[in-house]
Amino acid sequence: MEIFQQILFVAALAAVAWYITKRIQLISRAIKLGRAENRTDHADERLKTMLLVAFGQKKMFTNPLVGVMHFIIYAGFIIINLEILEIILDGVLGTHRLFAPYITPVYPFLINIFEILAFGVLAVCVVFLCRRFVAKVSRFQPERHREMARWPQTDAAIILTAEILLMIAFLTWNASDSVLRDRGVGHYGELQGIVPDFIISQYLKPLFAGFNDTGLVAYERIAWWLHILGILAFAVYVTYSKHLHIALGFPNVYFSDLQPKGEMQNMPEITKEVQLALGLPVTTEADGSQTNDNGEQPSQSAGAVDSPAEIGRFGAKDVQDLKWINLMNAYSCTECGRCTAACPANITGKKLSPRKIMMDTRDRLEEIQQGWKTNGPDYRDDKSLLNDYITAEELNACTTCQACVMACPININPLDIILQLRRYRVMEESQAPASWNAMFSNIENNMAPWKFSPSDRFNWADQVND
Amino acid sequence: MTTEKTYKVPTMADMAASGEEPEILFWVGCAGSFDDRYKRVTIAFVRILNHVGIKFAVLGPEEGCTGDPARRAGNEFLFQMQAMSNIQVLNGYNVKKIVTACPHCFNTLKNEYPELGGNYEVIHHSQFLQGLINEGRVRVKDGESFKGRRITFHDSCYLGRANKIYEAPREVLAALDADLVEMKRVRANGLCCGAGGGQYFKEPEPGKKDVNVERVEEALGTGADTIAVACPFCMTMMSDGVKNKNKEDSVRVYDISELIAQGQGL
Repeated sequence: MEIFQQILFVAALAAVAWYITKRIQLISRAIKLGRAENRTDHADERLKTMLLVAFGQKKMFTNPLVGVMHFIIYAGFIIINLEILEIILDGVLGTHRLFAPYITPVYPFLINIFEILAFGVLAVCVVFLCRRFVAKVSRFQPERHREMARWPQTDAAIILTAEILLMIAFLTWNASDSVLRDRGVGHYGELQGIVPDFIISQYLKPLFAGFNDTGLVAYERIAWWLHILGILAFAVYVTYSKHLHIALGFPNVYFSDLQPKGEMQNMPEITKEVQLALGLPVTTEADGSQTNDNGEQPSQSAGAVDSPAEIGRFGAKDVQDLKWINLMNAYSCTECGRCTAACPANITGKKLSPRKIMMDTRDRLEEIQQGWKTNGPDYRDDKSLLNDYITAEELNACTTCQACVMACPININPLDIILQLRRYRVMEESQAPASWNAMFSNIENNMAPWKFSPSDRFNWADQVND
Repeated sequence: MTTEKTYKVPTMADMAASGEEPEILFWVGCAGSFDDRYKRVTIAFVRILNHVGIKFAVLGPEEGCTGDPARRAGNEFLFQMQAMSNIQVLNGYNVKKIVTACPHCFNTLKNEYPELGGNYEVIHHSQFLQGLINEGRVRVKDGESFKGRRITFHDSCYLGRANKIYEAPREVLAALDADLVEMKRVRANGLCCGAGGGQYFKEPEPGKKDVNVERVEEALGTGADTIAVACPFCMTMMSDGVKNKNKEDSVRVYDISELIAQGQGL
């Protein structure tokens, strides 16, 4: 019987490991669809940002109460995972509380911490469910935010309920185990005097007072199995869910933007065109590399000026045109909607929602993956992120105020995607609103966005002594 | 103004002709040059510069749009054409230090020109004024009294979030003897006026409300009689919002440099 359980456990573990590896490969392939960009510079600063923003959850504390609640779940997630180590080893080796005899003095202390955290996670998950479905916090409501309709709302409910069930399984497993220990049943009794009752589960023991020994062992086994299988199933589920942020949040912050928020990324391929048009010496290669001090091209790219390498699209039409970090952003987004709640366009009823930009990007990536599955790995459909997912009306509503970028607890940048899509619409499709075209032509002809003569530019000085 | 003092606005061309170099170039910007309301801000700032005796110059007709609205709207070609032309002019005059009253020009000159060959020390006029006040070169006592007035400062996105300048304009206003009151959404959480990203140059997309109205309602909620701004676009948007609320008789919108100039009696 014991060996049968062990075989089953190892098989479940192996199956989940195999499946999650496949998922990681698929997601990583999707992220790599994006354009290359070096995000490994300034390692010190990146590390510091990751420690503060990801590990320290700095931006979550904008609202201290929610910050503390989220921190409890986060700490629970990280620290309770230490207990998983013992559970897995017990499962593989067929042991029971393997570590208890070896670290007897600290064992109850550790389990008590796990139990306190488990209780905290359970309580916070209940509060979070209430915030979403009872108190109806506005940023979660599909009536107010169309991108939250159906699946995102279900996804959130599944995550919170699963975590509550896992914590209940963990706590009642400890309680039933304590009762078995008290009664001296089988190998459970061997830990009598070594393992005491635990801080939370001791109060759950009365629940099992009416169980006979067989029923109690059955419950203990079921709870143990439900807990660990639940965790494994949840790990698989996470790869399909917005909850992927628990893993990708960390690298996402590490690779996040370091430049000032107001700085728009340069397009070196255009710099070259403009320098040629203005008769200036060309100083930049299309790949962004600078020339050496003498203004000469590095030798490997000599001749590039005469025969420019094939220039891709200007701006972005689809996910392949975005940078890989934009795509990692999309997979890291947990749809909390702080960006959208801070967006001036969204607040005033425009269609733009920065959260939808991120969700659309991920949905588009998953549509492409679906295409790979059914039609082979080189399959390209004729859809695109622009138009099929994100409309001109949304893009045109953005004030580039960076409130969304500032609001994101894990440094996701929806604005960067919006601006790349705008570049495509304007430079590849000439699809700017008419008044923008007028502004462009004024700048081009009058050196100002309005129709004034450049020679009148200094007329204001005549009034300085009025 | 008929004072004994005559304010001067030297151009870089004048300076170069007489073999001089200014301490600082004042980048006026398109709104500061052409917009009737913002020209008054330009003039106020120039008077302060004259008053403290700083050797400055402007580009005059040689200045052109930095390209910011074109870039944000998606027209990278036009942006870079503008940037390259401006950089040629600026580098031609060997400009080292620039001050501007426009956060959009400020952000573009400071953060986006270096990669295209334009490297300057760029400061916003709020920082510049803060420096003058800290050094004691600007003292607000000779002019209008601000006692009993309530001022609320509206953060400009391209000054605040974009470049983390939140305190300089507030410290400038603190030099006035007025009550400073804050709106709910300030500093990093400041609400946009609605004009950035090229919005100034087009009608807003369909929605429930205009962004500037939302923001002005918040500003009026503080009970302030003066809304202080530090950006030409915010100036227009906030002024329009105040008009929309029919409050133009009781609530005024001023740039921080205008308030300092008033305080100095310039």
